[in-house]
Amino acid sequence: MSRPGAAALAAEVARGAQSAVAVIEATLARIERLDPKLCAFTDVTAERARAQAALVDAARARGQALGPLAGVPFAVKNLIDVAGLPTRAGSRINRDHPPATADATLVRRLESAGAILVGALNMGEYAYDFTGENAHDGASRNPHDLARMSGGSSGGSGAAVGGGLVPLALGSDTNGSIRVPASFCGIFGLKPTYGRLSRAGSFPFVSSLDHLGPFARSVRDLALAYDAMQGPDPADPVCVDRAPDPAIPALEQGEAGLRVAVAGGYFQEGAAPEALDALHRVAAALQATRTVTLPDAASARAAAYVITTTEGAALHLERLRKRPQDFDPDVRDRLIAGALVPAVAVTQAQKFRRWFRAALRGLFQEVDAILAPATPCTAPLIGQKTFVLNGQEQPLRPNIGVYTQPISFIGLPVVTVPVFPATGLPIGVQIIAPAWREDIALRLAHALEQQGVVQARPSPLEELA
Amino acid sequence: MTDDERLDHLIAAGTETLGLHVQPEWLPAIRLHLGISLRHAATVLGAPLPDEADPAPVFVA
Repeated sequence: MSRPGAAALAAEVARGAQSAVAVIEATLARIERLDPKLCAFTDVTAERARAQAALVDAARARGQALGPLAGVPFAVKNLIDVAGLPTRAGSRINRDHPPATADATLVRRLESAGAILVGALNMGEYAYDFTGENAHDGASRNPHDLARMSGGSSGGSGAAVGGGLVPLALGSDTNGSIRVPASFCGIFGLKPTYGRLSRAGSFPFVSSLDHLGPFARSVRDLALAYDAMQGPDPADPVCVDRAPDPAIPALEQGEAGLRVAVAGGYFQEGAAPEALDALHRVAAALQATRTVTLPDAASARAAAYVITTTEGAALHLERLRKRPQDFDPDVRDRLIAGALVPAVAVTQAQKFRRWFRAALRGLFQEVDAILAPATPCTAPLIGQKTFVLNGQEQPLRPNIGVYTQPISFIGLPVVTVPVFPATGLPIGVQIIAPAWREDIALRLAHALEQQGVVQARPSPLEELA
Repeated sequence: MTDDERLDHLIAAGTETLGLHVQPEWLPAIRLHLGISLRHAATVLGAPLPDEADPAPVFVA
């Protein structure tokens, strides 16, 4: 049975059909029952959630207006600060840090809208991951097949929402870490424009490319969370001084009048048949008959790779010197390699970034949105180290983000929408919009959801529960 | 010199310079990832850009 989404829960709490306390007790019981299978949560903030729920119910009893997410449980990737918890960022090392003294900006904003934090979520170490595996906390598991990857690095976020533990979660996306788990776990994910949502109070990976954003099981829920989190924040120097631009008002406008194209060339080379089938289904539903070429996308991906590995290595150099044995070896060895990449390539990558942005701005004069696969395949098995891409066996961990990296490289907003085949695992399609036009991507995703082309389905776990 | 030998020289000199202590059993994975990273770096360095191209981050005083 499908769990009520965030919008439905908030409406029930607002009209008194159920109390926020009852919502939270049911959520905590579900986490206790199902999380041992999913390994999505690393911390459950039960007492905090109960106290917050009581405040929501008391506010309603006093006749106060409730926020748009009143009583909605949510959880956050454990690189996002939660007061009272060490911000582990998926690592062993950071859990030795003192507990965070304050919540991250986005946690505060969701709670201001009435949402209730229930915990922190598993992730790949220091977010350098596309698998959802974690050497210290165990692999978060795919709710549609527990033997398979959740995707990473926001693996716990994908597993928690895809498994119906919470209707909303936050993750981060540097090269695809929201879009990959959304694809593998069959849910919706929004990577907003770079600089749109505050990252204050989150542990960084690659400041040049880091974004935070929401996961949900409907586009409306995704938009509700996104709207609640917008706004400038001086605490994050990358967050722009820009007034909120709500997406909810335009959500029902449908696809009419929008020019949608499919990314060809690089974005279809090497994709498994199920990835291309999903892309073609979404394209047909949006009547996207035009194919466009994103110029030199392979160089864009390469540049993102270079910036990531070198900036990540710089961030962690002192920890690599002092505590190399405490890293996940899969992460440590990539970071050490990153420390050895010549600086000339980094400077050139940053120049290329500006060039690629200009090229894509030109392309967006002709189209309003571009479709591309989110991942080259459905979720691999946990522990799998290689896969076939472009007809060659290649390391899996560095290559799952082959279609997501060129897009986050220039900070474009993307909604990943889940496509379920008649049989088998879900896979995501990216709806890519021009910078600052999250509303376009959300509007198209909503139109697809209304048509039944994309949807987040209950996992087998929920049907058994 | 083979590709692997070239990478091993770079790893040895670079990690020593940076004060990183690499255990011998880590070497194959570091070599693999350094090889991938350097191929991406070569792709980026091969992209033709004018001398006047500005890097994406522009500092504002």
